[in-house]
Amino acid sequence: MPICLVVEGLSAKRGEDLIFHDISFVLRAGEALVVTGANGSGKSTLLRVLAGLLAAESGSVRIDGAAAEIGHPRELCHYLGHRNAMKHELTVAENLSFWKSFMGDSPGGAGKDLEDATEAVGLGGISHLPFGYLSAGQQRRMAMAKLLVAFRPVWILDEPTAALDANADRLFAELVTGHLGAGGIVVAATHQPLGLEARELRMTGFAGVGGMV
Amino acid sequence: MISLFLRDLKLSVRAGGGALIGVLFFMTVVAVVPFAVGPDLNLLSRIGPAILWIGALLASLLGLDRLFQAEREDGSLDLMLMQETPLVLTVLVKCLAHWSASGLPLVIAAPLLGLFMNTSELAIGATMLTLLVGTPAITLIGAAGAAVAVTLPRGGLLVSILVLPLAIPVLIFGVSATYAAVEDPAPFLPPFLILMAITLFFAVIGPLAAAAALRSSSD
Repeated sequence: MPICLVVEGLSAKRGEDLIFHDISFVLRAGEALVVTGANGSGKSTLLRVLAGLLAAESGSVRIDGAAAEIGHPRELCHYLGHRNAMKHELTVAENLSFWKSFMGDSPGGAGKDLEDATEAVGLGGISHLPFGYLSAGQQRRMAMAKLLVAFRPVWILDEPTAALDANADRLFAELVTGHLGAGGIVVAATHQPLGLEARELRMTGFAGVGGMV
Repeated sequence: MISLFLRDLKLSVRAGGGALIGVLFFMTVVAVVPFAVGPDLNLLSRIGPAILWIGALLASLLGLDRLFQAEREDGSLDLMLMQETPLVLTVLVKCLAHWSASGLPLVIAAPLLGLFMNTSELAIGATMLTLLVGTPAITLIGAAGAAVAVTLPRGGLLVSILVLPLAIPVLIFGVSATYAAVEDPAPFLPPFLILMAITLFFAVIGPLAAAAALRSSSD
């Protein structure tokens, strides 16, 4: 059964301020949602709530049709935040193989091996280097390779293409298209156009209601 | 989980990991005591085990604040919070790795530093044994403190202050077991068994408290 991300009446607070309220949407397998909006409009907050890293004030996030019983929807999600979650002291291969074995694969799929993943982000052959030696753009690409080494049906991406050149933008769009083609779901917050067929959720901020375009 | 253990071990021995900082600090503390106290060998050998324990306690508090803060700064903590693996288990494995990298070297260095204090062979052996059993408790208590202070940019001293009162029983029973092994009338086993019990107790409570603190601190 294909999976389905269902968000109902979601609202969240940061401190005392209501950042957004009553956001509802349904994403089916193969669908992407691009979250847009000005700085501070609550894009990152929404994604962190979806990833289970922030408690929602009200509403719910659930994933229907998972291949096996899950404890919490966040277990089926990849979260790529502003920070890359890679250690500068370790080599790229050490970083990736750690995440691969630590995260494991969600039921219903398998992650790529390290070489395929680094090839897929266009950086094959440099995985023996310490992560800290890479340029900002290369680091970001390697963080994306992390999405590939462990299988998760839902990708939650916060500003995924920051620090990337146009070439890498295109490559990233291919990765996302590939993931969607395989029946995955992508939720991405971005300022730049991702070159994707996707629905758009515009965040207006300060308790304004997000509207689907 | 083994991969997490190995990764943390690697990180602590590579540049900036600071596994040896604890040992160096331990050495500094113990090495200055004979200069301060004076060359009274009897006095030194009497206070030796206590000084070793104080040094080891302070050295193992050092660097505890980085246990989760380093993970939080580069975003790894977010991913750890999201996994199916229980967070308690992740915390426990991180504690084990931290202890292996910074606690175990203290135990190994203790006999050498015991020589500075004119400690007898028996006392050195007893100190090593009690440190081996007692220092994991300090790491496990420290994990809870480190998790509470994870969002604070300069949490280092705060972690030490939070943790110190809870670590005092470890110090008391560690030192009294060591002295009991050396001086005749007091039995060795009761304080030693209590020390073991404290470590086992904190092996359960520490990771639970740390996991709860990490969950509520995410922002």
